[in-house]
Amino acid sequence: MTSTTTTPRSATGAVTLRGVTKVYGQGEQAVLALDGVSLDVAPGEFVCLVGASGCGKSTLLNLVAGLDRASGGQIELGEAVNPGLMFQEPALFPWLTVEANVEVPLKLRGLPRDERRAKVADLLRTVHLAEFGRKRPHELSGGMRQRVALARTLALDTPVLLMDEPFGALDAMTRDILHDELERIWSERRLSVLFVTHNVREAARLADRIILLSSRPGRIIWSTRVDVPRPRRIDSPEIATIAAEVTDRLRTEVGRHGQ
Amino acid sequence: MASDTIAGSARTDAEISGLDALETAGRQRGPSRVRRAWSALWPKLAALALAIAVWQVVVWTGWKDPWALPGPGTVFEDLGHYLVSPALWDGLATTGRRAAVGFAAAVAVGLVLGLAVARVAVLRAALGSMITALQTMPSIAWFPLAILLFQLSEQAIFFVVVLGAAPSVANGVIHGVDYVPPLLVRAGRNLGARGLNLYRYVIAPAALPAIVAGLKQGWAFAWRSLMAGELLVVIATRTSIGAQLTYARELNEAPRLMAIMIVILVVGLLVDAAFGAADKAIRRRWGVLDQAGN
Repeated sequence: MTSTTTTPRSATGAVTLRGVTKVYGQGEQAVLALDGVSLDVAPGEFVCLVGASGCGKSTLLNLVAGLDRASGGQIELGEAVNPGLMFQEPALFPWLTVEANVEVPLKLRGLPRDERRAKVADLLRTVHLAEFGRKRPHELSGGMRQRVALARTLALDTPVLLMDEPFGALDAMTRDILHDELERIWSERRLSVLFVTHNVREAARLADRIILLSSRPGRIIWSTRVDVPRPRRIDSPEIATIAAEVTDRLRTEVGRHGQ
Repeated sequence: MASDTIAGSARTDAEISGLDALETAGRQRGPSRVRRAWSALWPKLAALALAIAVWQVVVWTGWKDPWALPGPGTVFEDLGHYLVSPALWDGLATTGRRAAVGFAAAVAVGLVLGLAVARVAVLRAALGSMITALQTMPSIAWFPLAILLFQLSEQAIFFVVVLGAAPSVANGVIHGVDYVPPLLVRAGRNLGARGLNLYRYVIAPAALPAIVAGLKQGWAFAWRSLMAGELLVVIATRTSIGAQLTYARELNEAPRLMAIMIVILVVGLLVDAAFGAADKAIRRRWGVLDQAGN
Protein backbone atom coordinates (compact mmCIF):
# COMPACT_ATOMS: atom_id res chain seq x y z
CA MET A 1 0.00 0.00 0.00
CA THR A 2 2.80 2.41 0.85
CA SER A 3 4.65 1.54 -2.31
CA THR A 4 2.07 3.44 -4.33
CA THR A 5 2.26 6.64 -2.30
CA THR A 6 6.04 6.76 -2.14
CA THR A 7 6.51 6.74 -5.89
CA PRO A 8 9.27 9.20 -6.81
CA ARG A 9 7.87 12.48 -8.04
CA SER A 10 9.93 12.43 -11.20
CA ALA A 11 7.47 9.84 -12.50
CA THR A 12 4.66 12.37 -12.95
CA GLY A 13 1.33 10.85 -13.75
CA ALA A 14 -1.46 12.16 -15.88
CA VAL A 15 -5.18 11.69 -15.81
CA THR A 16 -6.94 9.79 -18.57
CA LEU A 17 -10.71 9.44 -18.82
CA ARG A 18 -12.31 7.25 -21.47
CA GLY A 19 -16.07 7.44 -21.97
CA VAL A 20 -16.78 8.03 -18.29
CA THR A 21 -20.46 7.90 -17.41
CA LYS A 22 -22.14 8.52 -14.09
CA VAL A 23 -25.78 7.77 -13.36
CA TYR A 24 -27.40 8.66 -10.05
CA GLY A 25 -30.44 6.73 -8.86
CA GLN A 26 -32.20 3.88 -10.59
CA GLY A 27 -35.04 3.15 -13.01
CA GLU A 28 -37.44 6.01 -13.74
CA GLN A 29 -35.69 8.45 -11.44
CA ALA A 30 -32.20 7.83 -12.78
CA VAL A 31 -30.29 11.01 -13.60
CA LEU A 32 -27.47 10.97 -16.10
CA ALA A 33 -24.82 13.26 -14.58
CA LEU A 34 -21.93 12.53 -16.91
CA ASP A 35 -22.29 11.15 -20.41
CA GLY A 36 -19.23 9.63 -22.04
CA VAL A 37 -16.61 12.10 -20.90
CA SER A 38 -13.17 11.50 -22.40
CA LEU A 39 -10.24 13.73 -21.58
CA ASP A 40 -6.51 13.65 -20.89
CA VAL A 41 -4.36 15.72 -18.64
CA ALA A 42 -0.77 15.46 -19.82
CA PRO A 43 2.01 15.33 -17.22
CA GLY A 44 2.64 18.88 -16.03
CA GLU A 45 -0.43 20.24 -17.78
CA PHE A 46 -2.92 22.67 -16.21
CA VAL A 47 -6.43 21.92 -17.42
CA CYS A 48 -9.49 23.95 -16.43
CA LEU A 49 -12.98 22.47 -16.65
CA VAL A 50 -15.61 25.14 -17.16
CA GLY A 51 -19.37 24.69 -17.18
CA ALA A 52 -22.64 26.08 -15.91
CA SER A 53 -24.49 24.63 -12.94
CA GLY A 54 -25.42 20.99 -13.16
CA CYS A 55 -22.67 20.00 -15.56
CA GLY A 56 -21.31 17.41 -13.16
CA LYS A 57 -17.95 19.13 -12.60
CA SER A 58 -17.75 18.09 -8.97
CA THR A 59 -18.99 14.60 -9.80
CA LEU A 60 -16.15 14.26 -12.26
CA LEU A 61 -13.52 15.23 -9.68
CA ASN A 62 -15.01 12.85 -7.10
CA LEU A 63 -14.72 10.02 -9.61
CA VAL A 64 -11.11 10.84 -10.45
CA ALA A 65 -10.30 11.15 -6.73
CA GLY A 66 -11.79 7.70 -6.12
CA LEU A 67 -14.40 9.01 -3.68
CA ASP A 68 -17.18 7.78 -5.93
CA ARG A 69 -17.49 5.06 -8.54
CA ALA A 70 -18.17 5.63 -12.24
CA SER A 71 -21.17 3.86 -13.80
CA GLY A 72 -19.21 3.26 -16.99
CA GLY A 73 -15.95 4.02 -18.77
CA GLN A 74 -12.39 4.04 -17.53
CA ILE A 75 -10.29 6.34 -15.39
CA GLU A 76 -6.54 5.92 -15.41
CA LEU A 77 -4.24 7.81 -13.14
CA GLY A 78 -0.74 6.85 -14.21
CA GLU A 79 1.55 7.07 -11.19
CA ALA A 80 -0.83 9.16 -9.11
CA VAL A 81 -2.74 6.49 -7.27
CA ASN A 82 -3.93 9.02 -4.73
CA PRO A 83 -4.49 12.40 -6.37
CA GLY A 84 -4.89 15.41 -4.08
CA LEU A 85 -8.36 16.97 -3.92
CA MET A 86 -9.20 20.52 -2.87
CA PHE A 87 -12.67 21.95 -2.31
CA GLN A 88 -14.27 25.38 -2.30
CA GLU A 89 -14.13 25.18 1.48
CA PRO A 90 -10.72 24.59 3.05
CA ALA A 91 -12.12 21.54 4.94
CA LEU A 92 -9.42 21.87 7.59
CA PHE A 93 -9.79 19.91 10.82
CA PRO A 94 -10.80 22.59 13.36
CA TRP A 95 -9.50 20.56 16.32
CA LEU A 96 -5.93 20.62 14.97
CA THR A 97 -3.39 23.41 14.61
CA VAL A 98 -2.24 24.45 11.16
CA GLU A 99 0.89 22.30 11.55
CA ALA A 100 -1.05 19.28 12.72
CA ASN A 101 -3.47 19.63 9.80
CA VAL A 102 -0.61 19.52 7.31
CA GLU A 103 0.89 16.60 9.23
CA VAL A 104 -2.19 14.34 8.91
CA PRO A 105 -1.43 12.91 5.46
CA LEU A 106 2.23 12.43 6.47
CA LYS A 107 1.13 10.45 9.54
CA LEU A 108 -1.22 8.39 7.43
CA ARG A 109 1.65 7.62 5.06
CA GLY A 110 3.63 6.39 8.06
CA LEU A 111 6.54 8.82 7.84
CA PRO A 112 8.78 9.01 10.93
CA ARG A 113 8.41 11.99 13.22
CA ASP A 114 11.55 13.93 12.28
CA GLU A 115 10.79 13.64 8.61
CA ARG A 116 7.22 14.80 9.22
CA ARG A 117 8.39 17.90 11.09
CA ALA A 118 10.84 18.87 8.37
CA LYS A 119 8.22 18.35 5.68
CA VAL A 120 5.55 20.35 7.50
CA ALA A 121 7.94 23.27 7.96
CA ASP A 122 8.92 23.08 4.30
CA LEU A 123 5.29 22.96 3.09
CA LEU A 124 4.25 25.88 5.29
CA ARG A 125 7.15 27.91 3.88
CA THR A 126 5.96 27.00 0.39
CA VAL A 127 2.57 28.59 1.07
CA HIS A 128 4.09 31.50 3.04
CA LEU A 129 2.60 30.47 6.37
CA ALA A 130 5.76 29.49 8.24
CA GLU A 131 4.89 31.71 11.23
CA PHE A 132 1.31 30.48 11.51
CA GLY A 133 1.95 26.81 12.25
CA ARG A 134 0.74 27.02 15.85
CA LYS A 135 -2.49 28.83 15.02
CA ARG A 136 -5.85 27.16 14.71
CA PRO A 137 -7.80 27.37 11.46
CA HIS A 138 -10.44 29.71 12.92
CA GLU A 139 -7.73 32.27 13.69
CA LEU A 140 -6.83 32.62 10.00
CA SER A 141 -8.48 34.43 7.10
CA GLY A 142 -10.24 32.54 4.30
CA GLY A 143 -7.31 32.89 1.91
CA MET A 144 -4.84 31.69 4.54
CA ARG A 145 -7.00 28.67 5.34
CA GLN A 146 -7.14 27.75 1.67
CA ARG A 147 -3.32 27.94 1.56
CA VAL A 148 -3.13 25.59 4.55
CA ALA A 149 -5.44 23.24 2.66
CA LEU A 150 -3.10 23.47 -0.33
CA ALA A 151 -0.10 22.64 1.87
CA ARG A 152 -2.00 19.70 3.35
CA THR A 153 -2.86 18.41 -0.12
CA LEU A 154 0.77 18.84 -1.27
CA ALA A 155 1.79 16.72 1.73
CA LEU A 156 0.34 13.75 -0.16
CA ASP A 157 3.35 14.15 -2.48
CA THR A 158 1.12 13.40 -5.41
CA PRO A 159 1.82 14.60 -8.95
CA VAL A 160 -1.89 15.20 -9.65
CA LEU A 161 -3.97 17.96 -8.08
CA LEU A 162 -7.77 18.05 -8.45
CA MET A 163 -9.30 21.38 -7.51
CA ASP A 164 -13.03 22.00 -7.13
CA GLU A 165 -13.55 25.78 -7.32
CA PRO A 166 -10.90 26.25 -4.65
CA PHE A 167 -10.94 30.07 -4.81
CA GLY A 168 -14.67 30.51 -5.35
CA ALA A 169 -15.33 31.86 -1.86
CA LEU A 170 -12.47 34.38 -1.79
CA ASP A 171 -12.39 38.10 -2.53
CA ALA A 172 -10.89 39.18 -5.85
CA MET A 173 -7.58 40.45 -4.49
CA THR A 174 -6.87 37.33 -2.44
CA ARG A 175 -7.86 35.23 -5.41
CA ASP A 176 -5.40 37.04 -7.72
CA ILE A 177 -2.57 36.43 -5.28
CA LEU A 178 -3.50 32.77 -4.88
CA HIS A 179 -3.50 32.39 -8.67
CA ASP A 180 0.13 33.53 -8.66
CA GLU A 181 0.91 31.18 -5.79
CA LEU A 182 -0.74 28.17 -7.37
CA GLU A 183 0.98 28.86 -10.69
CA ARG A 184 4.36 29.05 -8.94
CA ILE A 185 3.83 25.80 -7.02
CA TRP A 186 2.45 24.05 -10.09
CA SER A 187 5.52 24.94 -12.14
CA GLU A 188 8.03 24.28 -9.33
CA ARG A 189 6.60 20.85 -8.60
CA ARG A 190 5.64 19.99 -12.18
CA LEU A 191 2.14 19.08 -11.11
CA SER A 192 -0.70 18.03 -13.36
CA VAL A 193 -3.78 20.01 -12.40
CA LEU A 194 -7.44 19.43 -13.17
CA PHE A 195 -9.15 22.60 -12.01
CA VAL A 196 -12.93 23.07 -11.96
CA THR A 197 -14.37 26.56 -12.00
CA HIS A 198 -17.31 28.54 -13.29
CA ASN A 199 -15.17 31.68 -13.35
CA VAL A 200 -14.19 31.98 -17.00
CA ARG A 201 -11.48 34.59 -16.41
CA GLU A 202 -9.92 32.44 -13.73
CA ALA A 203 -9.79 29.56 -16.20
CA ALA A 204 -8.16 31.74 -18.88
CA ARG A 205 -5.66 33.10 -16.31
CA LEU A 206 -4.53 29.65 -15.15
CA ALA A 207 -5.09 27.05 -17.83
CA ASP A 208 -2.95 25.53 -20.54
CA ARG A 209 -6.22 24.18 -21.87
CA ILE A 210 -9.86 24.99 -21.17
CA ILE A 211 -12.52 22.32 -21.52
CA LEU A 212 -16.18 23.27 -21.66
CA LEU A 213 -18.79 20.91 -20.26
CA SER A 214 -22.47 20.94 -21.19
CA SER A 215 -25.15 20.73 -18.51
CA ARG A 216 -27.48 17.83 -17.76
CA PRO A 217 -25.88 15.57 -18.78
CA GLY A 218 -22.27 16.68 -18.50
CA ARG A 219 -20.57 16.19 -21.84
CA ILE A 220 -17.48 17.79 -23.35
CA ILE A 221 -18.63 20.24 -26.00
CA TRP A 222 -15.59 22.35 -26.75
CA SER A 223 -12.00 22.87 -25.75
CA THR A 224 -9.29 25.39 -26.48
CA ARG A 225 -5.59 25.91 -25.77
CA VAL A 226 -4.53 29.05 -23.94
CA ASP A 227 -1.29 30.04 -25.61
CA VAL A 228 -0.69 33.19 -23.59
CA PRO A 229 2.86 33.14 -22.14
CA ARG A 230 3.28 33.07 -18.37
CA PRO A 231 3.36 34.99 -16.10
CA ARG A 232 -0.10 36.20 -16.96
CA ARG A 233 -2.33 38.87 -15.53
CA ILE A 234 -6.02 38.24 -15.11
CA ASP A 235 -6.76 41.78 -16.38
CA SER A 236 -4.61 41.55 -19.53
CA PRO A 237 -6.31 41.96 -22.94
CA GLU A 238 -5.19 38.49 -24.13
CA ILE A 239 -6.86 36.81 -21.17
CA ALA A 240 -9.97 38.98 -21.63
CA THR A 241 -10.23 37.92 -25.30
CA ILE A 242 -10.08 34.23 -24.43
CA ALA A 243 -12.50 34.68 -21.53
CA ALA A 244 -14.96 36.44 -23.84
CA GLU A 245 -14.87 33.55 -26.30
CA VAL A 246 -15.43 30.95 -23.57
CA THR A 247 -18.25 33.05 -22.12
CA ASP A 248 -20.00 33.18 -25.51
CA ARG A 249 -19.83 29.40 -25.84
CA LEU A 250 -21.05 28.99 -22.29
CA ARG A 251 -24.02 31.34 -22.87
CA THR A 252 -25.02 29.46 -26.00
CA GLU A 253 -24.97 26.25 -23.98
CA VAL A 254 -27.02 27.73 -21.12
CA GLY A 255 -29.49 29.22 -23.62
CA ARG A 256 -30.11 25.76 -25.06
CA HIS A 257 -31.74 24.81 -21.75
CA GLY A 258 -34.14 27.77 -21.80
CA GLN A 259 -36.11 26.50 -24.78
CA MET B 1 15.52 29.88 -6.18
CA ALA B 2 13.12 28.14 -8.48
CA SER B 3 10.40 30.69 -7.86
CA ASP B 4 12.58 33.29 -9.59
CA THR B 5 11.58 31.69 -12.85
CA ILE B 6 8.31 33.55 -12.55
CA ALA B 7 8.86 37.27 -12.60
CA GLY B 8 7.23 39.31 -9.89
CA SER B 9 7.30 36.62 -7.23
CA ALA B 10 9.11 38.94 -4.79
CA ARG B 11 6.28 41.40 -5.17
CA THR B 12 3.81 38.61 -4.46
CA ASP B 13 5.62 37.60 -1.26
CA ALA B 14 5.30 41.11 0.12
CA GLU B 15 1.66 41.27 -0.92
CA ILE B 16 0.89 37.97 0.75
CA SER B 17 2.41 38.84 4.10
CA GLY B 18 0.78 42.27 3.93
CA LEU B 19 -2.64 40.80 3.28
CA ASP B 20 -2.16 38.18 6.01
CA ALA B 21 -1.15 40.86 8.50
CA LEU B 22 -4.20 42.97 7.62
CA GLU B 23 -6.58 40.05 7.86
CA THR B 24 -5.34 38.67 11.16
CA ALA B 25 -4.98 42.07 12.86
CA GLY B 26 -7.52 43.47 15.27
CA ARG B 27 -8.32 40.16 16.91
CA GLN B 28 -7.15 41.09 20.37
CA ARG B 29 -8.08 39.40 23.61
CA GLY B 30 -11.14 40.41 25.60
CA PRO B 31 -11.17 41.59 29.24
CA SER B 32 -8.81 39.97 31.73
CA ARG B 33 -9.36 36.51 33.18
CA VAL B 34 -10.14 37.80 36.68
CA ARG B 35 -12.70 40.26 35.38
CA ARG B 36 -14.41 37.62 33.30
CA ALA B 37 -14.43 35.18 36.22
CA TRP B 38 -15.95 37.82 38.49
CA SER B 39 -18.61 38.84 35.99
CA ALA B 40 -19.61 35.17 35.73
CA LEU B 41 -19.46 34.62 39.49
CA TRP B 42 -21.29 37.53 41.07
CA PRO B 43 -24.77 36.79 39.64
CA LYS B 44 -24.47 33.25 41.01
CA LEU B 45 -23.42 34.51 44.46
CA ALA B 46 -26.28 37.01 44.44
CA ALA B 47 -28.80 34.30 43.56
CA LEU B 48 -27.41 32.07 46.33
CA ALA B 49 -27.67 34.89 48.90
CA LEU B 50 -31.24 35.54 47.81
CA ALA B 51 -32.19 31.87 48.18
CA ILE B 52 -30.73 31.74 51.70
CA ALA B 53 -32.54 34.97 52.61
CA VAL B 54 -35.89 33.55 51.42
CA TRP B 55 -35.21 30.38 53.43
CA GLN B 56 -34.50 32.46 56.56
CA VAL B 57 -37.66 34.55 56.06
CA VAL B 58 -39.80 31.40 55.74
CA VAL B 59 -38.30 30.07 58.97
CA TRP B 60 -39.02 33.39 60.73
CA THR B 61 -42.68 33.30 59.70
CA GLY B 62 -43.02 30.16 61.85
CA TRP B 63 -44.67 28.22 59.01
CA LYS B 64 -43.12 24.97 60.28
CA ASP B 65 -41.68 24.00 63.63
CA PRO B 66 -37.88 24.44 63.88
CA TRP B 67 -37.35 20.66 64.34
CA ALA B 68 -38.84 20.13 60.88
CA LEU B 69 -37.47 23.18 59.12
CA PRO B 70 -34.31 24.58 60.75
CA GLY B 71 -32.94 27.96 59.68
CA PRO B 72 -29.81 28.44 57.56
CA GLY B 73 -27.75 29.37 60.63
CA THR B 74 -28.41 26.05 62.36
CA VAL B 75 -27.90 24.05 59.16
CA PHE B 76 -24.60 25.71 58.26
CA GLU B 77 -23.35 25.22 61.80
CA ASP B 78 -24.14 21.51 61.53
CA LEU B 79 -22.58 21.41 58.07
CA GLY B 80 -19.38 22.73 59.67
CA HIS B 81 -19.33 19.84 62.13
CA TYR B 82 -20.27 17.39 59.40
CA LEU B 83 -17.41 18.53 57.13
CA VAL B 84 -14.82 17.61 59.77
CA SER B 85 -16.47 14.33 60.78
CA PRO B 86 -15.29 10.95 59.42
CA ALA B 87 -18.93 10.10 58.63
CA LEU B 88 -18.92 12.51 55.67
CA TRP B 89 -15.60 11.37 54.24
CA ASP B 90 -16.37 7.67 54.66
CA GLY B 91 -19.74 8.25 53.07
CA LEU B 92 -18.22 10.26 50.23
CA ALA B 93 -15.66 7.52 49.63
CA THR B 94 -18.38 4.88 49.32
CA THR B 95 -20.67 7.04 47.23
CA GLY B 96 -17.83 8.39 45.10
CA ARG B 97 -16.58 4.88 44.32
CA ARG B 98 -20.09 3.81 43.32
CA ALA B 99 -20.49 6.90 41.17
CA ALA B 100 -17.15 6.31 39.44
CA VAL B 101 -17.71 2.60 38.80
CA GLY B 102 -21.34 3.04 37.78
CA PHE B 103 -20.63 5.97 35.49
CA ALA B 104 -17.62 4.25 33.90
CA ALA B 105 -19.75 1.19 33.16
CA ALA B 106 -22.50 3.42 31.75
CA VAL B 107 -19.96 5.22 29.53
CA ALA B 108 -18.55 1.93 28.24
CA VAL B 109 -22.02 0.56 27.46
CA GLY B 110 -23.15 3.89 25.99
CA LEU B 111 -20.12 4.27 23.71
CA VAL B 112 -20.39 0.76 22.29
CA LEU B 113 -24.17 0.98 21.92
CA GLY B 114 -24.00 4.45 20.37
CA LEU B 115 -21.35 3.49 17.86
CA ALA B 116 -23.19 0.31 16.90
CA VAL B 117 -26.49 2.14 16.39
CA ALA B 118 -24.82 4.98 14.47
CA ARG B 119 -23.13 2.62 12.01
CA VAL B 120 -25.54 -0.28 11.57
CA ALA B 121 -28.82 0.62 9.86
CA VAL B 122 -30.71 -2.37 11.25
CA LEU B 123 -29.70 -1.56 14.82
CA ARG B 124 -30.70 2.05 14.28
CA ALA B 125 -34.15 1.04 13.10
CA ALA B 126 -34.49 -1.40 16.00
CA LEU B 127 -32.99 0.56 18.89
CA GLY B 128 -32.77 4.22 17.86
CA SER B 129 -36.10 5.32 19.29
CA MET B 130 -35.91 2.87 22.18
CA ILE B 131 -32.79 4.56 23.51
CA THR B 132 -34.63 7.86 23.71
CA ALA B 133 -37.64 6.10 25.25
CA LEU B 134 -35.38 4.61 27.93
CA GLN B 135 -34.33 8.13 28.90
CA THR B 136 -37.90 9.10 29.71
CA MET B 137 -38.23 6.21 32.17
CA PRO B 138 -37.74 7.60 35.71
CA SER B 139 -34.77 5.70 37.11
CA ILE B 140 -36.46 5.08 40.45
CA ALA B 141 -39.05 2.96 38.63
CA TRP B 142 -36.30 0.43 37.84
CA PHE B 143 -35.50 -0.24 41.48
CA PRO B 144 -38.22 -2.78 42.33
CA LEU B 145 -36.98 -4.91 39.43
CA ALA B 146 -33.34 -4.30 40.33
CA ILE B 147 -33.96 -5.39 43.93
CA LEU B 148 -35.78 -8.52 42.73
CA LEU B 149 -32.85 -9.37 40.48
CA PHE B 150 -29.94 -8.44 42.75
CA GLN B 151 -31.48 -8.10 46.23
CA LEU B 152 -30.33 -5.18 48.38
CA SER B 153 -26.82 -5.04 46.92
CA GLU B 154 -24.51 -2.70 45.09
CA GLN B 155 -25.25 -4.58 41.89
CA ALA B 156 -28.83 -3.37 42.13
CA ILE B 157 -27.55 0.20 42.32
CA PHE B 158 -25.11 -0.23 39.42
CA PHE B 159 -27.87 -1.81 37.34
CA VAL B 160 -30.03 1.29 37.69
CA VAL B 161 -27.15 3.75 37.29
CA VAL B 162 -26.13 2.14 33.99
CA LEU B 163 -29.72 2.03 32.73
CA GLY B 164 -30.11 5.68 33.67
CA ALA B 165 -26.89 7.05 32.20
CA ALA B 166 -26.00 4.83 29.23
CA PRO B 167 -28.84 6.05 26.94
CA SER B 168 -27.65 9.67 27.26
CA VAL B 169 -24.08 8.69 26.43
CA ALA B 170 -25.26 6.56 23.50
CA ASN B 171 -27.42 9.41 22.20
CA GLY B 172 -24.44 11.76 22.39
CA VAL B 173 -22.35 9.36 20.30
CA ILE B 174 -25.13 8.84 17.74
CA HIS B 175 -25.65 12.59 17.44
CA GLY B 176 -21.93 13.25 17.15
CA VAL B 177 -21.35 10.67 14.43
CA ASP B 178 -24.48 11.72 12.50
CA TYR B 179 -23.42 15.34 12.36
CA VAL B 180 -19.79 14.97 11.31
CA PRO B 181 -19.56 17.34 8.31
CA PRO B 182 -19.48 15.14 5.15
CA LEU B 183 -16.87 17.49 3.68
CA LEU B 184 -14.42 16.62 6.45
CA VAL B 185 -15.01 12.92 5.80
CA ARG B 186 -14.31 13.42 2.08
CA ALA B 187 -11.18 15.42 2.88
CA GLY B 188 -10.04 12.75 5.34
CA ARG B 189 -10.56 9.95 2.83
CA ASN B 190 -8.66 11.87 0.18
CA LEU B 191 -5.77 12.37 2.61
CA GLY B 192 -5.55 8.61 3.01
CA ALA B 193 -7.69 7.95 6.10
CA ARG B 194 -9.69 4.80 5.44
CA GLY B 195 -11.39 2.34 7.79
CA LEU B 196 -10.26 2.68 11.40
CA ASN B 197 -7.99 5.59 10.55
CA LEU B 198 -11.01 7.55 9.34
CA TYR B 199 -12.51 7.11 12.83
CA ARG B 200 -9.28 7.98 14.57
CA TYR B 201 -8.39 11.06 12.52
CA VAL B 202 -11.78 12.46 11.50
CA ILE B 203 -14.96 10.99 12.94
CA ALA B 204 -13.98 10.64 16.61
CA PRO B 205 -12.53 14.14 17.01
CA ALA B 206 -15.33 15.71 14.97
CA ALA B 207 -17.94 13.97 17.16
CA LEU B 208 -16.19 14.85 20.42
CA PRO B 209 -18.26 17.94 21.34
CA ALA B 210 -21.53 16.00 21.06
CA ILE B 211 -20.03 13.06 22.95
CA VAL B 212 -18.97 15.33 25.83
CA ALA B 213 -22.48 16.80 25.91
CA GLY B 214 -23.81 13.23 26.16
CA LEU B 215 -21.37 12.44 28.99
CA LYS B 216 -22.48 15.55 30.85
CA GLN B 217 -26.14 14.59 30.61
CA GLY B 218 -25.28 10.98 31.42
CA TRP B 219 -23.54 12.11 34.60
CA ALA B 220 -26.65 14.01 35.74
CA PHE B 221 -28.75 10.86 35.25
CA ALA B 222 -26.12 8.67 36.94
CA TRP B 223 -25.94 10.91 40.01
CA ARG B 224 -29.74 11.02 40.36
CA SER B 225 -30.04 7.25 39.96
CA LEU B 226 -27.26 6.69 42.46
CA MET B 227 -28.92 8.90 45.11
CA ALA B 228 -32.29 7.23 44.57
CA GLY B 229 -30.55 3.86 44.87
CA GLU B 230 -28.72 4.74 48.06
CA LEU B 231 -31.95 5.90 49.70
CA LEU B 232 -33.73 2.66 48.82
CA VAL B 233 -30.93 0.12 48.94
CA VAL B 234 -29.43 0.73 52.36
CA ILE B 235 -26.58 -1.63 53.08
CA ALA B 236 -25.96 -1.54 56.86
CA THR B 237 -22.20 -2.07 56.66
CA ARG B 238 -21.65 0.74 54.18
CA THR B 239 -22.77 4.18 55.27
CA SER B 240 -23.02 5.96 51.96
CA ILE B 241 -24.17 9.57 51.68
CA GLY B 242 -27.63 8.44 50.62
CA ALA B 243 -27.89 6.02 53.54
CA GLN B 244 -26.91 8.79 55.94
CA LEU B 245 -29.69 10.91 54.50
CA THR B 246 -32.18 8.13 55.26
CA TYR B 247 -30.81 7.74 58.81
CA ALA B 248 -31.05 11.51 59.38
CA ARG B 249 -34.74 11.41 58.50
CA GLU B 250 -35.40 8.37 60.67
CA LEU B 251 -33.66 10.04 63.62
CA ASN B 252 -35.37 13.39 62.98
CA GLU B 253 -32.04 15.18 62.61
CA ALA B 254 -33.29 17.97 60.38
CA PRO B 255 -30.11 20.11 60.35
CA ARG B 256 -27.99 17.07 59.42
CA LEU B 257 -30.51 16.07 56.76
CA MET B 258 -30.23 19.45 55.12
CA ALA B 259 -26.45 19.52 55.50
CA ILE B 260 -26.26 16.21 53.61
CA MET B 261 -28.54 17.59 50.91
CA ILE B 262 -26.18 20.54 50.48
CA VAL B 263 -23.24 18.12 50.11
CA ILE B 264 -25.15 16.13 47.46
CA LEU B 265 -25.98 19.31 45.58
CA VAL B 266 -22.40 20.58 45.70
CA VAL B 267 -20.89 17.27 44.52
CA GLY B 268 -23.33 17.16 41.59
CA LEU B 269 -22.54 20.77 40.69
CA LEU B 270 -18.77 20.28 40.91
CA VAL B 271 -18.77 17.31 38.54
CA ASP B 272 -21.15 19.13 36.22
CA ALA B 273 -18.80 22.14 36.26
CA ALA B 274 -15.90 19.85 35.32
CA PHE B 275 -17.84 18.61 32.30
CA GLY B 276 -18.78 22.20 31.51
CA ALA B 277 -15.11 23.22 31.57
CA ALA B 278 -14.18 20.31 29.27
CA ASP B 279 -16.97 21.28 26.89
CA LYS B 280 -15.80 24.90 26.84
CA ALA B 281 -12.17 23.95 26.29
CA ILE B 282 -13.19 21.85 23.30
CA ARG B 283 -15.33 24.58 21.83
CA ARG B 284 -12.51 27.08 22.25
CA ARG B 285 -10.15 24.78 20.35
CA TRP B 286 -12.74 24.25 17.63
CA GLY B 287 -13.19 28.02 17.36
CA VAL B 288 -16.93 27.89 18.01
CA LEU B 289 -16.87 29.85 21.26
CA ASP B 290 -18.84 33.07 21.07
CA GLN B 291 -17.52 36.47 22.08
CA ALA B 292 -19.08 36.45 25.55
CA GLY B 293 -17.02 33.36 26.38
CA ASN B 294 -20.07 31.15 26.74
